[in-house]
Amino acid sequence: MSTEPPGRAGLRQGSGRWGDRIFEFLAVAAGATIIGAIALMGLFLLIRAMPSLQANKANFFLTDEFNTTDANNLRFGISELFQVTVLSSIFALVIAVPIAIGIAAFLTNYAPRRFAKPFAMLVDLLAAVPSIVFGLWGIFVLAPRLDPVARFLNDNLGWFFLFADGNVSLAGGGTIFTAGIVLAVMILPIITSVTREVFTLTPKGHVEAAQALGATKWEVIRMTVFPYGRSGMIAGSMLGLGRALGETVAVLIILRAAAQAGHWSLFDGGYTFASKIASAAAEFSAPLPTGAYIAAGFVLFALTFVVNALARLAAGGRVSGG
Amino acid sequence: MTLTTLDAAVKGPTFHPISLSRKIKNHLAAVLFLVSFLIALVPLVWVLYTVLARGFRAITSPTWWMNSLYGVLPEEFAGGVYHAIYGSLVQAAIAAAFSVPLGIMVGVYLVEYGRGWLARVTTFMVDILAGVPSIVAALFIFAAWITTLGFQQSAFAVALALVLLMLPLVVRSTEEMLKLVPDELREASYALGVPKWKTIVRVVIPTALPGMISGILLALARVLGETAPVLILVGYSTAINFDIFEGNMASLPLLIYTELKNPEAAGGMRVWGAALTLILIVALLYVLAALVNRFLTRNRTKTR
Repeated sequence: MSTEPPGRAGLRQGSGRWGDRIFEFLAVAAGATIIGAIALMGLFLLIRAMPSLQANKANFFLTDEFNTTDANNLRFGISELFQVTVLSSIFALVIAVPIAIGIAAFLTNYAPRRFAKPFAMLVDLLAAVPSIVFGLWGIFVLAPRLDPVARFLNDNLGWFFLFADGNVSLAGGGTIFTAGIVLAVMILPIITSVTREVFTLTPKGHVEAAQALGATKWEVIRMTVFPYGRSGMIAGSMLGLGRALGETVAVLIILRAAAQAGHWSLFDGGYTFASKIASAAAEFSAPLPTGAYIAAGFVLFALTFVVNALARLAAGGRVSGG
Repeated sequence: MTLTTLDAAVKGPTFHPISLSRKIKNHLAAVLFLVSFLIALVPLVWVLYTVLARGFRAITSPTWWMNSLYGVLPEEFAGGVYHAIYGSLVQAAIAAAFSVPLGIMVGVYLVEYGRGWLARVTTFMVDILAGVPSIVAALFIFAAWITTLGFQQSAFAVALALVLLMLPLVVRSTEEMLKLVPDELREASYALGVPKWKTIVRVVIPTALPGMISGILLALARVLGETAPVLILVGYSTAINFDIFEGNMASLPLLIYTELKNPEAAGGMRVWGAALTLILIVALLYVLAALVNRFLTRNRTKTR
């Protein structure tokens, strides 16, 4: 981006040389700090999780119980957490991605030019609402409204595993169904903004070529904007997935604890990785039980790391998710 | 050949009217795109309306902004959230004090110096850091600062976790703004014999400053609403606590989360009042960011 200053041969060698060196050192050190922070994050979580993992009497990946009350008989596993986390995130993604693509197409191709920017800011405002407020709204306002929908789906499509009877009561709406819809709202802005960005980059020539062939507006979008923006759609979805996987407090407020393990139903309750850790925060005193939660945190860290790396890969480099 | 042959077109018209099915599809797509935009506005308006309607009564109480909840019974309609506002702002301010200089330096590194593998790894890690869930950042601070180094739970620990969450936002906005600075400005400065570091500090950064400040304000707004770090790294307190290194400290999200367990009507009032207060503070920061962007940028172009 920047141009290099010319060689300074023959010029007065002032404070600039030392200043340059010190400043460059500071800049490089700052960059290295970021790398160090991520490395330390993985390292510390792993170190603190290790003793508990060794003391674990159950299989960490396959057990659905999470019992840390007796430090001498730790039995914890992530299978249930994984199921709830993945189901709620994927459900959120299934709702949010088509809507986000629709919004992006609307903002880039349909909205009057003058309003495109304010409209886009309106969608971005959704990202400004704190997640705890979404949680409050989700459980106190949205959940009662969703109740008839949930009951209808459960009554009529109950034979399908997603809509089967869950392990918590439908009343109150503390289910993955509600949580997933709230998560969809929360990840909508990031998917939209990444998708919108690539849609605006569609080469004008492609669009004009399609128009010259007599394509309707929809056909132009289908033949030029969508294929060109596919990488952005995938990257945006991945970023949204990463957000949904790690969302803590909204899910914690909404989901109701369940007595038994779930069976991949949207009407299950339970805990995600993040909400499980947050729910136990008050009990973080004894090292071994705490380590169990840190182990779950490490898995979440690894999961989001992979998802975000994939997002970057899909975008072919830098993704700018605000 | 007579002229009559030219009375009619030799060939039929090349343009066919658009078939009905294509027309329908075209209109259907337009409607669906519009509807998806409107769908996105529904939760926004709905959430804001809910919070406003339910929290309005609480924040108009005279004690809301000036009092804490110290000594206030759960069922009492009294007290305020002054202690939580203080906590939220202080924690965010400490986080900013660390992440702003560091984030700006990272941005400068990536735009002005970044070459080779180190820069590539750094941008990658900034992206990863931006995607780290807040609960993981909090857990990391818990594992490193509290368990390993032996410090107490405190507001400062929360601030450390917020640094991690704020850093990528600051880096991104700095980077974006520095890239907008025209190369001609740098070249002019170099031509005058100004060393590179002075060029960056005196020419490049001042030019990008309004955008950077508004980016920082938006980042602040983002971390103010973070709940996960305060759940893990500090305890709740109904009284004001000025000490950032010791003792419990309330913050707006923590107050909301704590009062959720209060079954009394007053608890509900505090929950929605605090939610509205939080949204008002975030909105204030957004407005401030927009003003900075508009007015400082305009002045700059005038003087140039």
